[in-house]
Amino acid sequence: MLDKFDILETLNMIREECLDVRTITLGISLYDCQSDDPRRLADNIYDKVMSRAHNLVKVGNDIEKMYGIPIINKRVSVTPAALLCGRMDRDGAVGIARALDRAAHELGINFIGGYSALVQKGASDGSRVLIESIPEALACTELVCSSVNVASTKAGINMDAVAEMGRVIRRTAELTADRGSIGCAKLVVFANAPEDNPFMAGAFHGLGEPETVINVGVSGPGVVASAIRRAGDCSLAEIAEIIKKTAFKITRVGQLVAREASNRLGVPFGIVDLSLAPTPAIGDSVAYILESMGLEQCGACGTTAALALLNDAVKKGGVMASSQVGGLSGAFIPVSEDAGMIAAARSGALRLEKLEAMTAVCSVGLDMIAIPGDTSAEVISGIIADEIAIGVVNTKTTAVRVIPAIGCKVGDTVNFGGLLGEAPVMPVNTLSPAKFIARGGRIPAPIHSLKN
Amino acid sequence: MRRTVRQRGTWFPPEKPGPPPGKARPMKAVVSVIGKDTVGIIAKVSAECARCGVNILDISQTVLQDYFTMIMITDIDGITVPFPDFVDAMARIGNANNLKILTMHEDIFNTMHKI
Repeated sequence: MLDKFDILETLNMIREECLDVRTITLGISLYDCQSDDPRRLADNIYDKVMSRAHNLVKVGNDIEKMYGIPIINKRVSVTPAALLCGRMDRDGAVGIARALDRAAHELGINFIGGYSALVQKGASDGSRVLIESIPEALACTELVCSSVNVASTKAGINMDAVAEMGRVIRRTAELTADRGSIGCAKLVVFANAPEDNPFMAGAFHGLGEPETVINVGVSGPGVVASAIRRAGDCSLAEIAEIIKKTAFKITRVGQLVAREASNRLGVPFGIVDLSLAPTPAIGDSVAYILESMGLEQCGACGTTAALALLNDAVKKGGVMASSQVGGLSGAFIPVSEDAGMIAAARSGALRLEKLEAMTAVCSVGLDMIAIPGDTSAEVISGIIADEIAIGVVNTKTTAVRVIPAIGCKVGDTVNFGGLLGEAPVMPVNTLSPAKFIARGGRIPAPIHSLKN
Repeated sequence: MRRTVRQRGTWFPPEKPGPPPGKARPMKAVVSVIGKDTVGIIAKVSAECARCGVNILDISQTVLQDYFTMIMITDIDGITVPFPDFVDAMARIGNANNLKILTMHEDIFNTMHKI
């Protein structure tokens, strides 16, 4: 029989503490869409996405209704488009983005990811064309997300790609300057990119994935923060236990939704991503969790340790709750999407350097950070190189999603709306790394990559 | 007009969609009602249950400082409407009476609290 207190606890999590399933992401392979005619390629892609995902939004809404749990986003990820660009020119590549965007609009989904290239060791012709086309593709589409993997622990860091991505990010910001440089909010640079990540902007359908697959990303920072607050004065070991138990419950919901979506769509279940993904809503913030542990404000000394505890406990709790775990799995710290982070950045408590340290112990990287519009491409490449190095050396995923807000200076705020939130423009160290970046080449893989 | 050859780059949904989902595994549902106390809340909610062929198994109800809280466990094996419609019908009663009524399949509670 159902226990009344269990029912009340679940209801409270959903009503008061912003528990939700962040996303159901349907991965679709586009290998069979290949063509050397740009028009035909775009049509093939559109047809494939439409035929595989036509039920996604309806099924998501039905599941939401059945279990009373909000499913915030329904998304699609596709095979990295660079693999289809081998015989395309830039217009052909942009045509792919337009086809994806058209399908996404017609399906009613929130985002479509996979305008991506994997260039950790070097760029193929297709990858080169795709990367070149990213600024235009993101400027002329609304729902397409792009990612570029520039490094891995196995391959090292492709510094030519890092240099190029600095320029691409700047160009993307300039082309979308009239919309708060929003193009950059849909572009992420990765090290060790996971192939089954359901979260945007970094989702793509990896090379070893099945024809179609369902991946689910959970959320629920509000639930964790409330549980810690209720615990009162207790040791950090006890806090870790509380987080584990809460993460277990949150992830179980993700698993339930993933199974149900997989059954209803007739698509194999891939993974549940055990992530604490914040939203700009008050109470749905990872920063508040850190503050509820006893920090005056996120960014204070001790923040990295608190985040390390949180990240580890989330994984330990979540891993038993799901049969398959993958993606990024950990705490997210996107500045613009987290009310607590926004406040900390605005008050100066949280700086880029501290965020960089935090990324060494959590699941993503420098995420959704607005920087001054006059930041040079070389400095952006320097930021990327630093962040990517942390990922490569620590055998983990790291990523950079910075937004050079054209026309804005430190202290201004850029508003992206919706889940993307608003970002206070943060100061950046402007000393030039230009000579270092211009050297190009590849930073060799670290010694511990040689595990065989 | 029926199209025999599909034009590339245009897409139409399949002509015969599969059976509508929602009644695949009917079991129990939990109806929770929260709001300011008024006369006849239980009557309205249970009347709607009866209309939809939903059998009430257990009701636990309290009034705390004028606030009405009820958790109702129902058997939806004999439900005569699609489950999502029942959820909507309940939510409508809630809106009409200034109450918050959530109807949820029991599986969410079972998976969250039982290993």
